[in-house]
Amino acid sequence: MSEIRNVIIIGSGPAGYTAAVYAARAQLNPLVFEGSVTAGGALMNTTEVENFPGFTDGIMGPQLMEQMRAQAVRFGAEIVTDDVVSVDLDGPIKSVTDGAGVTHQARSIILAMGSAYRELGLENEKRLSGHGVSWCATCDGFFFRDHDIAVVGGGDSAIEEATFLTRFAKSVTLIHRRDSLRASKIMQERAFNDPKLHFAWNSEVVDLVGDAKLSGVVLRDTVTGESRELAVTGLFIAIGHDPRSELVKGVVDLDGEGYVLVQGRTTATNIDGVFACGDLVDHTYRQAITAAGSGCAAALDAERFLAHAGE
Amino acid sequence: MGATKQVTDASFADDVLMSDKPVLVDFWAEWCGPCKMVAPILEEIAKDHDGIVIAKLNVDENPQTAASYGITSIPTMNVYQGGQIVKTIIGAKPKAALLADLAPYLS
Repeated sequence: MSEIRNVIIIGSGPAGYTAAVYAARAQLNPLVFEGSVTAGGALMNTTEVENFPGFTDGIMGPQLMEQMRAQAVRFGAEIVTDDVVSVDLDGPIKSVTDGAGVTHQARSIILAMGSAYRELGLENEKRLSGHGVSWCATCDGFFFRDHDIAVVGGGDSAIEEATFLTRFAKSVTLIHRRDSLRASKIMQERAFNDPKLHFAWNSEVVDLVGDAKLSGVVLRDTVTGESRELAVTGLFIAIGHDPRSELVKGVVDLDGEGYVLVQGRTTATNIDGVFACGDLVDHTYRQAITAAGSGCAAALDAERFLAHAGE
Repeated sequence: MGATKQVTDASFADDVLMSDKPVLVDFWAEWCGPCKMVAPILEEIAKDHDGIVIAKLNVDENPQTAASYGITSIPTMNVYQGGQIVKTIIGAKPKAALLADLAPYLS
């Protein structure tokens, strides 16, 4: 068994990396499991981040994450590009087992696993994913030059993807269940002024059509119940995220939607020495800056916990 | 022992289709976050396994090959053997999962 650490951080993204920066500067020698294929978190799939304070002209999402990571490393955070596959959080010494089967111990744990893309839950979704169905506009938009494509969703990320995709596509149809958007005003304005962007209001995707490749989607009108087929070769799914809390399900208290519950304004979970931050706990804001802020709070909470535990 | 090999539209036939060994081609681009996540795993696999060639094709600079294989999502990793696709892996995966997918072609 390896040495007993002060703190292990599970997850990366703005929350995990910020927790790592603060824990490292507090000389807690954090060990960070940034994820084997999720390192950097959701911002790795974005392009320009315009609302992270301090970057006057915006910054690319992946670059922001690289810089946060480098900042944590600079202060001595030890970062491992692997997943945590199981945890034992009871008692004063917690242990976590990584994807290679190695167990690591620590006095405190910070959970920052973030969230995962929600799927439509349709029969053909898996089969057609990578063959027209995508969750990453920045990765795959390039392949739909002069195609007619669609985006499902009504939030900021759906609008961001749709407007980004108009750079490539002949037309982009935004499919939304309601008759108005949830997205912020500035994003809505951008969307409504985009001549290549069309809207399918009150519409739900009920089927995906295509053998080897996507050729269309079946939409059902949520008001009249009528169905129609929209011919598209690409469908980008942006209907939100679910917290990645499977690792601690049944161990740490979760709410009905799977978000980790924390006490009041702190990041403390129901288990002593276990803290949670970022999209894993946040139904409401889910921004890079709020995730970073809660990552900072988790590191400070862990630091305080460790100081008292030593008394 | 090995490193990853850069291939292009021009070199694809010689380097991939005519290769004696199986070749995994990673279709990637600079602007693709998940491609960056999978890149170091492929470097490791290239280093540890001599039985397979790990090749990288930048789709931005080499659109013909990507289009001719109908790539619409990256990272896509195709394994070619005797000029034919024998395996397609779409999306970044952990190393253990990739190694399991590639097991038949590693030795």
